[in-house]
Amino acid sequence: MIEIEGITKRYDTTTVVDDVSMVIEPRTIAVIVGTSGSGKTTLLRMINRLVEPTAGIIKLDGADNRSVPGYELRRSIGYAIQGHGLFPHRTVAQNIATVPVLLGWEKNRIRARVDELMTLYQLDPQEFGPRYPHELSGGQQQRVGVARALAAEPNVLLMDEPFGALDPIIRTKAQEDLLAIQKRFGTTIILVTHDMEEAVHMGDKIAVMDAGKLVQYAKPAEILANPASSFVETLVGASERPFRLLSLGRVRDAVENGAAEGEAIPGDASQRDALAELLWTGRPALPVKGADGKPLGRVTVDGLVKRAARPA
Amino acid sequence: MKIRFDKLGVVIAAIAAYAAFLAPFATFRANRIVPGQARSILEALPATAGPLLMAIVIVAALMALFRTPLMLRLAASVVALAALALLVGVAGTFLTPAGNTLARVSPASGFWVLIFAFTLLLADVLTRLNLSPWARVAVLVAAAVAIGLLLVSGAWNDLSILKEYANRADSFWAEGSKHVTLALGSLLAAVVVGLPLGILCHRVERLRAGVLNVLNIIQTIPSIALFGLLIAPLGWIATHVPGAAALGIRGIGTAPAFVALFLYSLLPVVANTVVGLAGVPRAANDAARGMGMTDRQRLFGVEFPLAFPVILTGIRIVLVQNIGLATIAALIGGGGFGVFVFQGVGQTAMDLVLLGAVPTVALAFAAAIILDAVIEMTATKRRVETA
Ligand SMILES: Nc1ncnc2c1ncn2[C@@H]1O[C@H](COP(=O)(O)OP(=O)(O)O)[C@@H](O)[C@H]1O
Ligand SMILES: [Mg+2]
Repeated sequence: MIEIEGITKRYDTTTVVDDVSMVIEPRTIAVIVGTSGSGKTTLLRMINRLVEPTAGIIKLDGADNRSVPGYELRRSIGYAIQGHGLFPHRTVAQNIATVPVLLGWEKNRIRARVDELMTLYQLDPQEFGPRYPHELSGGQQQRVGVARALAAEPNVLLMDEPFGALDPIIRTKAQEDLLAIQKRFGTTIILVTHDMEEAVHMGDKIAVMDAGKLVQYAKPAEILANPASSFVETLVGASERPFRLLSLGRVRDAVENGAAEGEAIPGDASQRDALAELLWTGRPALPVKGADGKPLGRVTVDGLVKRAARPA
Repeated sequence: MKIRFDKLGVVIAAIAAYAAFLAPFATFRANRIVPGQARSILEALPATAGPLLMAIVIVAALMALFRTPLMLRLAASVVALAALALLVGVAGTFLTPAGNTLARVSPASGFWVLIFAFTLLLADVLTRLNLSPWARVAVLVAAAVAIGLLLVSGAWNDLSILKEYANRADSFWAEGSKHVTLALGSLLAAVVVGLPLGILCHRVERLRAGVLNVLNIIQTIPSIALFGLLIAPLGWIATHVPGAAALGIRGIGTAPAFVALFLYSLLPVVANTVVGLAGVPRAANDAARGMGMTDRQRLFGVEFPLAFPVILTGIRIVLVQNIGLATIAALIGGGGFGVFVFQGVGQTAMDLVLLGAVPTVALAFAAAIILDAVIEMTATKRRVETA
């Protein structure tokens, strides 16, 4: 659990982060979203003390983060910086091994961990381990950056716009990978982005920052349904709201009885994808199938449209 | 087939033609200080060797002139250089009257210009071949071995410069090692002082401008003036600091030469350290801190390795500069190859000047090639991301 209590950061007279308080539950993803310059990065970097706050405290599992030296704290917290920040003079394997080496892990344990992470990220250790970062594609570099952050099995992972530089297809894949890994290891993740779409998709909770202030901190559905201010409403994007709301729900939760013609859609697909398919093919209903391929029922345009309306 | 000219080849051929037909190949003098008489290639060499060299030079120049395959150009330049090197020795023997120990034969402008022309061709070919760093060092070693073999074989023994050497063999090596010690020692001292100073300048912004300005000003002081400026303080130290004189510290001699070279070396080392460290990608530094490196771990693990190629460039500048500048040390009794240069100037004995100048140039050249190779080897692996 991460408890941020009354955190403020001032540079000279400008207040960059202004009295922010929030609690991040263990094993969840909190997404910090806001326009550029709203203080997201600064807030994130105060958690691992790359930036020292002017006022307030941050507790990790109940302990003040100033109770250990900064470098020790940072070794225990994963950090994936904006634009991956790989060491250009070190190979992929050496990059991933950075924190385990700093922690003095045994050689065999380090090698095993590096291989494990590379395999997890679909990078063949034999082929990619000895390469230098400039010999990788953008998507591969990004994966190595995250693998490096995860190397020492941290409970907490800080990510600063980790997917910003990726093209849309690779970005979607990277987001799915991260969600899978988060489920698998139960890591608590704080992810900074300026993309509301990403925030809604990834976050268990979303923190909206504006000019250094935390203007709303809530579940995605709540943010969409009841934006705390006109700023949040703009950020959500009025015309996108219904679709974002649908993207939060799974098809299986919108199944109605009955049958329909055509190719079945999996129950795990998002309701937004189902509606898009319906609109695009001009049909009133789609059959739905479970993970085992058995029919579950159908989804209809009418049913989905009702779900896209603002919750009461 | 359309005949096409090689741009650089036109220049090389023109230079070679001038040198072969119009400039003297060797100079003959009755003794080492009287004015010499010029001898063309045909006059300086025996009946068969003269026309042979002419033919080689003409063919090689034609190879250079037209667009020819690289390997052919390589062969042309190597054969021409080898022929020149061998036959200049033959000219020495041929022109020296038997039994005459006073007569002097030395290579003249034509020879040097031909060497220059075909070295240019060779350098051009090697550049276009895009050799790996190791291959370039191998070429250097091969050239050094070839020259060494020629020297040992005695093929050049009748040339004036080697007669000068024969008269001073002992002092040649003594001054040579003094020269190298002076150049390398002051470089080492500059690295030992300059690296930490550069790191300090990088970390403490307020220091940076001041230190670099002072070093810049030192760089602009002419060497003779700097020696002059050093005489008084070093003399004072020698007489007032116990043990200093015993260490060889005096107002003139090796000490001021060493200090002057050291001072000149500081700017390139410090400036390149600062530039190199400043060029370390922000993201790499940020990641290093974010991963939990201490300042020292970041310095040695990230900043330093990434700045290393740039720092090496500074060291290369210093080494080449020092090898040249160490010649001046002789002016204040500091020794080195400059001793022969200044003696030669004093005695108007050109060959004695060459005895000092040629090894100096060769050393600087070799140092440049070796360090360039090292820089390239360290830089390619660590290529910094451009994103
Ligand atoms: N070290 C610093 N000194 C002064 N101002 C800073 C510093 N770091 C960040 N800022 C300012 O704080 C504001 C918030 O920056 P940042 O946290 O990076 O925003 P975001 O990540 O949301 O784009 C910006 O206006 C930035 O200029
Ligand atoms: Mg930012």
